[in-house]
Amino acid sequence: MYRYDERDHTIIQERVAQFRSQTERYLAGELSEEQFLPLRLQNGLYIQRLAPMLRIAVPYGLLNSAQLRRLARISRDFDKGYAHFTTRQNLQFNWPQLEDIPDILAELAEVEMHAVQTSGNCIRNTTSDPFAGVARDEIADPRPYCELIRQWSTFHPEFAFLPRKFKIAVSGSEADRAAIRVHDIGVQIVRRGDEIGFQVLVGGGQGRTPVIAEQIRDFLPEEDLLSYLEAIVRVYNQLGRRDNKYKARIKILVKALGAEEFGRRVEREWEQIKDGADKLTDDALAWAKSFFTAPEYKTFDGAVSDAALQAQADDDKAFSRWLERNSFPHRVPGYRAITLSTKPTGVPPGDVTDRQLEAIADLADEYSFGEVRVTHEQNVVLADVPQDRLLELWQAARKHGFATPNIGTLTDMICCPGGDYCSLANAKSIPVAEAIQRRFDDLDYLYDLGDLDLNISGCMNACGHHHVGHIGILGVDKKGEEFYQVQLGGSSSENASLAKVLGPSFSRAEVTEVIGKILDIYLEQRRPEEPFIDTYNRIGVQPFKEKVYAKAS
Amino acid sequence: MPKPASSGKAGPQPANPEQLILDGRIVANEWRLLPQTDEETEITAESLAPGKVILPYSLWQPLRSALAPRKAEIGVWLDSDETADLIGKNAGKLPLIAVHFPAFADGRGFTTARLLRERYGYQGELRAVGAFMRDQLTYLRRCGFNAFAYEGEQPLSGLLESLNDFSESYQAAVDQPQSLFRRRGLV
Ligand code: SF4
Repeated sequence: MYRYDERDHTIIQERVAQFRSQTERYLAGELSEEQFLPLRLQNGLYIQRLAPMLRIAVPYGLLNSAQLRRLARISRDFDKGYAHFTTRQNLQFNWPQLEDIPDILAELAEVEMHAVQTSGNCIRNTTSDPFAGVARDEIADPRPYCELIRQWSTFHPEFAFLPRKFKIAVSGSEADRAAIRVHDIGVQIVRRGDEIGFQVLVGGGQGRTPVIAEQIRDFLPEEDLLSYLEAIVRVYNQLGRRDNKYKARIKILVKALGAEEFGRRVEREWEQIKDGADKLTDDALAWAKSFFTAPEYKTFDGAVSDAALQAQADDDKAFSRWLERNSFPHRVPGYRAITLSTKPTGVPPGDVTDRQLEAIADLADEYSFGEVRVTHEQNVVLADVPQDRLLELWQAARKHGFATPNIGTLTDMICCPGGDYCSLANAKSIPVAEAIQRRFDDLDYLYDLGDLDLNISGCMNACGHHHVGHIGILGVDKKGEEFYQVQLGGSSSENASLAKVLGPSFSRAEVTEVIGKILDIYLEQRRPEEPFIDTYNRIGVQPFKEKVYAKAS
Repeated sequence: MPKPASSGKAGPQPANPEQLILDGRIVANEWRLLPQTDEETEITAESLAPGKVILPYSLWQPLRSALAPRKAEIGVWLDSDETADLIGKNAGKLPLIAVHFPAFADGRGFTTARLLRERYGYQGELRAVGAFMRDQLTYLRRCGFNAFAYEGEQPLSGLLESLNDFSESYQAAVDQPQSLFRRRGLV
């Protein structure tokens, strides 16, 4: 992974000092609430319903064991002993004290971490594929580009006060596991002959006005990545709307101008800067890539290793289930990537205790070269586990509550903090997630359902990605009461689509029953091996509607 | 006669404080600044009082040639929706350009400043005016501003510290022509 040199350390330490001064001035009354707001936001600090919330940046989801242990210690010393993985591959503390934040940031800086630009109207943490570097369908490793983008966007002097927040995602493989089509900029690594380059999409997003991004460039040469991003953000900074925060995202500008015209303006701007200081040199590219070389894999005979693993799986149904759901094929023979589930029933998705953070660190050290990746589904990936140690890892993961074999299934939900924590919420989301987990806890049933994304947001800001869930649940306010709208047919994959509203919303008590009916229709109508989303795309929303809203007879 | 509802700009106008920061020092403000006016108010090259004055772009643009003989004492200010290319290559003939921040959250002026410096080669005084705040000074400086007509309540001496909150930076900008990735001492 990327390691700081003294320059990175200087920048981050100066940030801590700057924020310390800002906090002191605020507490002394020299900075007004209104003036402090953008400053604390650009440091990831929200004032929430119950307490401040501090969002820590985890660049493209990558963490090492020392960082995990430090996060655990911070959660113990400054919080209530737990932390929360977010849907943007970051980590949040829900109960820190404002006065402590500068000290927390200083602790983070020691392990090369920070909270820079995790909120506010600026370029946010770049996200990517949690299986970067190990996936078999990878065209090129996205992480070096993510790191270059991280550095380019960190304290970018021109782009710290954009019309609205700005999110970039990079995918390096054929399957899109980074949801790039619902980002302000989606960067898809592509190959043309021997050349690596990028397809560039703009104007995707969720929130109140969900939009699928449109392509403005089919092939951008590797060396031009940063100058092209600069051109896009510059055009947006000049032309994006600032009169209405709900119309300020780049997607609205792209819609207003049309993707073609927007693209033309970007190209015009880019022509003038493409040979400037942001052009990536061969040295710079080689330098960025040098941080993401393969670890020292052992050599295995793939077939032998697979057979041995199969034998173990045949002996133990529970282990075999876990393998089936929680492991991911690896490009190196004899290895697999493993997802630790943060979603056993009854735990808010993404929540982990300090001890669990330490346990993840231990597992990473023991089984996966000391590194992990946070996924946007709020789980944790150990990317490089030798197959001959999987059984051992599974047993250890079980002890710590990470072995729920539900990855990609209905109960592996994306769920925002909702009304329990978030002051913007219309409705609670965590109790809904829990009720669904309790109702559908039969593993055979879950496996039979197969891949199913169920996403829950507590309000239309869509932090729980409900627009791109195969099933999406949205908290709405109906005359002061918490209601839930159900949507169907969304996807954040390379075939991205936005979910459609099923019909009138439901009370919390009704939600699980409604989900049950939706699943019944799927089970009745599916063809062999057909996943939920494909059945939905084939039969449309109508059969689901009829069943769910059928008058009780 | 009461004025008809103004068709001109109704947005906030920059104040023109008596002191400002110029090239890292606190100095007296030697310039007057005229606000944007609606079309009724007539200002001509003849009626414009002598002395250093910063004109809103909308006023300067039509008077440009008429004011050419006085060009050493005529500056221009751009509002946040007025882009650098409006002045473009004419920048070089101006002794002062000011860029207005009607609200600190309106970040268009950062781009305007960079373009004036980097694209149009402007070398003169580039002054930030309006509602920017202390904690933006490093960014403003990096984008090419060298003068800061601060309107807030804090003493200017305190602001000087915030001009250099960061001694190192990742990106190229006006203050640093090389990106850090080119400066890391690569082989
Ligand atoms: S979706 Fe709404 S309720 Fe949920 S975290 Fe985001 S803002 Fe809060």
